[in-house]
Amino acid sequence: MSSQWPLWEIFIRGQHGLNHRHVGSLHAPDAEMAIRNARDVYTRRNEGVSIWVVPSNAITASSPSEKGPLFEPSNAKVYRHPTFFDIPEEVGHM
Amino acid sequence: MAGAVDQAAFVEWLQRIGDNALILGHRVSEWCGHAPVLEEDIALANQALDLIGQCQLWLGLAAEVEGRGRTADQLAYLRDAVEFRNLLLVERPNGDFGQTLMRQFLFDAFHIELLRALKSSADPRVAEIAAKAEKEVAYHLERSADLVVRLGDGTAESHARMEKALKSQWPYTGEMFLDDAVDAAMAQAGIAPLPSSLRPAWERTVSEVLAEATLAHPGEAFSHKGGKRGVHTEHLGFVLAEMQFLQRAYPGAVW
Repeated sequence: MSSQWPLWEIFIRGQHGLNHRHVGSLHAPDAEMAIRNARDVYTRRNEGVSIWVVPSNAITASSPSEKGPLFEPSNAKVYRHPTFFDIPEEVGHM
Repeated sequence: MAGAVDQAAFVEWLQRIGDNALILGHRVSEWCGHAPVLEEDIALANQALDLIGQCQLWLGLAAEVEGRGRTADQLAYLRDAVEFRNLLLVERPNGDFGQTLMRQFLFDAFHIELLRALKSSADPRVAEIAAKAEKEVAYHLERSADLVVRLGDGTAESHARMEKALKSQWPYTGEMFLDDAVDAAMAQAGIAPLPSSLRPAWERTVSEVLAEATLAHPGEAFSHKGGKRGVHTEHLGFVLAEMQFLQRAYPGAVW
C-alpha cells in the first residue's frame, strides 16, 4: 500500500523563529495528509510551530558525481572568508 | 451555581470518563506495530498515548476524591471488569482498520462535545483536565473524520468496509447519551452536562461526516447498554487480562 503513496519531504520550523529545516520524509496520498502525518511523525516531542511539505519529486538535487567541479574550487579561496580584517578591541566579540 | 456534590457519585462519574480513555487508549495501542502503514502506526500510537495520559488525570482525580489512599495505577490495574465504568463502544474489538476508525470517529465526536462542556465545570480540577484534553481530542476528531470520509468515499472495497463498520458500531452509540442518577447528580452540582444534552451536536457532526463519506445514516436503532454501571461485553475481560497482567502477576512491580 505505502509503495503507492507518493513521498513527501518534511520541513519543520522550531520554537524560536528559526528557518524551516528538513527533518525527513514520509509517504502520504496528498499534501493535507502529508501535513497530518508530519505532525504525528516529526512533532511528537514538541519540536515545531510550523510544517512545510514538498513532494519529493519536486526537488531537483545536485549530482554527487559533480561534487568536485561544484564545490572543491572554493576550497582554495581563503580570501572569501572575512578573516583578514583587524577588529578593534573595543568592538568586542563579533 | 454549584450545589453540594455527592462524593460517591463524583467518583463514579470520574471513573466513567477515565475508563473510557483508558480502555479506548488500550484498544488503540493494540495497533502498535500492526497498522497498515508506518505513518498510521505512529499516529495511532500517539493517540493511544493521549488517551492514556487523559485517563491518568481523570483516575488520579477519582482516587483523590475517593480519599481511600488509592492511586490512578491501582484503579487501572487492580479493578475487575464489573468495577469498570467505560462505555461498551470503547471495549469493542479493533476488527479491521475500518472498524477501529469508525469506533474512534463515533467516540471522538461525542468526546469533544463532552470536553467542551466540561471546560466550564463548577469543579476547577475537572475544567483544567478538560481544557488540556480538548486540544488532543480536537485533533483526534479531525483525523478520524477525515479518514472516515476518505475511506467511505474511497474505493468500492473501502466503502463496503466502512458501511459494515458503521452498521456494527452504531448500536453502541446510544449508551453515550443515556442519563442516570449519577449524571443527574453531576448536572445538579454543575460539574458535568447531562449526556443527553450532548446528542444534538454529536448528531450534527456525525450526519455531516457520514454524508460527505457517502455512508447511509443508520437512523434510530436498538441501543446496547450497561458499561456505565459495570455490565460489560465479554470483550472487556480479555482487554483487562492483557492490560493488568503485569500488576496481577507481580503485585507492586515498578520500573
